[in-house]
Amino acid sequence: MSLLKVEGLSKHYQGKHGLFDRLTGARHTVVRAVNEIDLTVEKGEILGLIGESGCGKSTLGRAILRLHEPTSGTVNFDGANVTTLDPAALKAMRRRMQIIFQDPYACLNPRRTVAEIVGLPLKLHGLAANEAEQREKVAAICARVGLKPGQIDRYPHQFSGGQRQRIGIARALISHPEFIVCDEPVSALDVSIQAQIIALLLELKREMGLTYLFISHDISVIGYLADRVAVMYMGQIVEMGPVEQILANPRHPYTQSLMSAVPEVDHSGPRKRIKLSGDLPSPLRPPTGCKFHTRCPLAVDACRSQQPDIETVGPGHTAACHRLAEKLTLLDEASA
Amino acid sequence: MSLAAETPAASETILRRNLATFSGNRLAMLCALIVVLFVVMAVFAPWIAPHDPNETDLFRRLQPPGWMAGGEWSYFLGCDALGRDILSRIVYGARISIFIGIAVILVATTIGILAGLAAGYLRGWVDMVISRIVDILLGFPYLIFAIGLMAMMGPGLWNIIFALAYKEWVIPARVVRGETLVTRELEYVEAARALGASRGHIMLREILPNVLSPVIVVATIRMAHVIILEASLSFLGLGVQPPTASWGSMVSDGRAFILEAWWVSTFPGLAILFLVLAINVASQGLRDAFDPRFSE
Amino acid sequence: MKDALLEVRDLRTVFETRAGRVCAVDGVSVAVRRGECLGIVGESGSGKSVTFASVMGLVKAPGRIESGTIVFDGRDLRGLSPRQMRAVRGRDMAMTMQDALTALNPALSVGEQIAEVLEAHDETLPTRGAARRAAIRKASVEMLGLVGIPSAETRLRQYPHEFSGGMRQRIMIAIALACRPKLLIADEPTTALDVTIQAQVLELISDIRKEFGMSVALITHDLGVVAEHCDRVMVMYAGQVVEEGLTAEVIGAPKHPYTQGLLASIPRPALRGEPIHPIEGQVPDLIDLEPQCRFYSRCSQRRERCLAPIEMRAIGPAHNARCILAGEEET
Repeated sequence: MSLLKVEGLSKHYQGKHGLFDRLTGARHTVVRAVNEIDLTVEKGEILGLIGESGCGKSTLGRAILRLHEPTSGTVNFDGANVTTLDPAALKAMRRRMQIIFQDPYACLNPRRTVAEIVGLPLKLHGLAANEAEQREKVAAICARVGLKPGQIDRYPHQFSGGQRQRIGIARALISHPEFIVCDEPVSALDVSIQAQIIALLLELKREMGLTYLFISHDISVIGYLADRVAVMYMGQIVEMGPVEQILANPRHPYTQSLMSAVPEVDHSGPRKRIKLSGDLPSPLRPPTGCKFHTRCPLAVDACRSQQPDIETVGPGHTAACHRLAEKLTLLDEASA
Repeated sequence: MSLAAETPAASETILRRNLATFSGNRLAMLCALIVVLFVVMAVFAPWIAPHDPNETDLFRRLQPPGWMAGGEWSYFLGCDALGRDILSRIVYGARISIFIGIAVILVATTIGILAGLAAGYLRGWVDMVISRIVDILLGFPYLIFAIGLMAMMGPGLWNIIFALAYKEWVIPARVVRGETLVTRELEYVEAARALGASRGHIMLREILPNVLSPVIVVATIRMAHVIILEASLSFLGLGVQPPTASWGSMVSDGRAFILEAWWVSTFPGLAILFLVLAINVASQGLRDAFDPRFSE
Repeated sequence: MKDALLEVRDLRTVFETRAGRVCAVDGVSVAVRRGECLGIVGESGSGKSVTFASVMGLVKAPGRIESGTIVFDGRDLRGLSPRQMRAVRGRDMAMTMQDALTALNPALSVGEQIAEVLEAHDETLPTRGAARRAAIRKASVEMLGLVGIPSAETRLRQYPHEFSGGMRQRIMIAIALACRPKLLIADEPTTALDVTIQAQVLELISDIRKEFGMSVALITHDLGVVAEHCDRVMVMYAGQVVEEGLTAEVIGAPKHPYTQGLLASIPRPALRGEPIHPIEGQVPDLIDLEPQCRFYSRCSQRRERCLAPIEMRAIGPAHNARCILAGEEET
């Protein structure tokens, strides 16, 4: 059985609806940040969730943890339906499901010492018998993530970005969770520090038997560490499958263009690239039919009117596109 | 890009850094010292005041200050229409001004912090109700509102505090609500929720310490306003009742003799001016040190 | 260097902070040739942005240029008065910032912001009246068209917040290019953008460079961007240049351990399952630096000789590195 099973999960935001709108009869504006998402995460794997800013990937991660209350759908974690847990049960569940944040500056309370920040989960869940035990556990986890023992009584502003990210990781891991949402944990870091944190996250996963939902906009990172990949566009998953499949044989035109856009050191000089026209459409007025049709070079009439179904295109590999059967790739189109 | 060193000495906390900035501001430090002197004067009034502030002596009626013809050095700032020593009354009057200033600000800030935190963090109907009350109270002119309350309740020390705090709390409430709205979206607040922290923990332990700096700054600035308002109420005869010395009522008492005995109104007026000015300058120094967003 | 449009020699820019003297740029020499795209790579704190802020005369207090020469198109920029410097800035060289949202003025329409630059620098415009306004308008429409903003006529009247992130970056490029500068300094032009948009913007800069015969200094932390868009590359670390040369040489066969480490740090699908080799430790504090090699504390190949000051050394016809091991047999 999967460790995490998400079914039909949606998170919609209601636009502001003031008196004036009501008088003028304006309709509710609804932003479907996350729309009808199904996915599973197996125990011990890393599911990479990739997409551009505003596609809803962070909202999905937070909706799974109920940090943002989902609008509809269910989240099953180890057999328990997270979406219906009462506050006490949810609190107990939080010990098992954790999150690591993107911004190493915003994610730590500037008025608390490292010992207080990292020790908070122990205090909240009563995991340490006394102050001394708490301190001991904090020191142990801090040492494991690479902080020096003398540093735990310092304040966050006394650390660099990479060290702060280590503190955030220590806080997430001290309660020995099983599942962690990594919300772009390395995006704000410099290249050399990024590599340190990735290496650390992989080591910790192996040691502690963790399962990650790893959110990123960087295909190189996802391609390096994920076992499976889900590609998100405007609140929906457009393609999902084993990482080798997605990298070698991307089937959705959006995945294809995303991959061709990444500058790589292994390529020198210009290379063939799929040019997407235009920007992301406004989430307030999403396109009809396939959400990608406004930018898709392959779009036909059906794409404009009908939303494509999710189809299986290979073992464990699914995609949602009207033109899958033609086995087109955009690079063929571009060279034709 | 961060150019400045990111690893200051281990013992340096934000508070300590702010205090260091503040003490580097000489004018603000001087003004803070003046405020402290006023407070000392108020606390030790019986030892500092040369005479009993309420002792009348009709022989000394409207006696000029010591350096003027007809004055006496032991009655340095002269005497009022009832022959009471003005210096002593100013010293005792500081008690009223400062006590009311501190009491009103303490009460108002406590209420304001709780209301602002609740409105800003809980949002929804709590925010609706609190924000509407704040809007309505802000709609009344402050002094007229206070005069109305005093007229209803009658004069008296506790009534003044109540009348002023009744509206004063909206100022910190608005500041705290605004700061809370920003802070609640920060990832460390989300992290606390993800760890299973309760609302109370998040509001009081995670958010409150981070919104306190602007509240402290605002509280000191508002203290000067409250002192002026108290003086205004006393001037109008709605403040503490005679014979208790209060700067506002002393100014009022001297009005009738302003031409022949200018010292009766002028010295308590100057006391108000110096205290309020000192508080204002000191609080601006605090603001620069604690809330660098506002300084240039 | 012959054919150099911009030549900076031994530039030192320091910041006096409360904690001490920060030497953000320490003896940097850099040349940008006519028509080339030079990539400047480094992590935060490497001094890459400050170097070019110094060139533009835009270092803010408490920072100041302590020594060095900056020769642009045959003129010594450090000898110019602030007034002369303003004339150079915007007309002969222009800079785009990383964050287009804060770099554009939210209170002025896009058209007004382009017009501002033209007003200040374009001497070919008619001197006054309707003819001048019409000429400015025509030039502005042309610029927006050039950077690929459709229906330029109507969009000139819009304000920065009405544009998406990619469009704002294009607008900033349009403003920078309004007077056809000889040098465009692009400071992390795509860091804030999504990959699909990033590709569009980088290609735009490339196309315009070829069309105008302009030089570009592309400041970035992304070696992938450099590999695909730059002729030459300069790698900076802790205020110094550590390696420079043709892009293919530096990225294909890096000689400085830092460059090697950076390349090894980039996670790639090709390295799946293999351990990643990060550079351990962190960038040193730039206050009161020792004379030794700046990379000493993090270098996997450090030895005793590295404790002496290290100079740039030529290790190929156009390849220099600041390492005693560079050019020797790899260990």
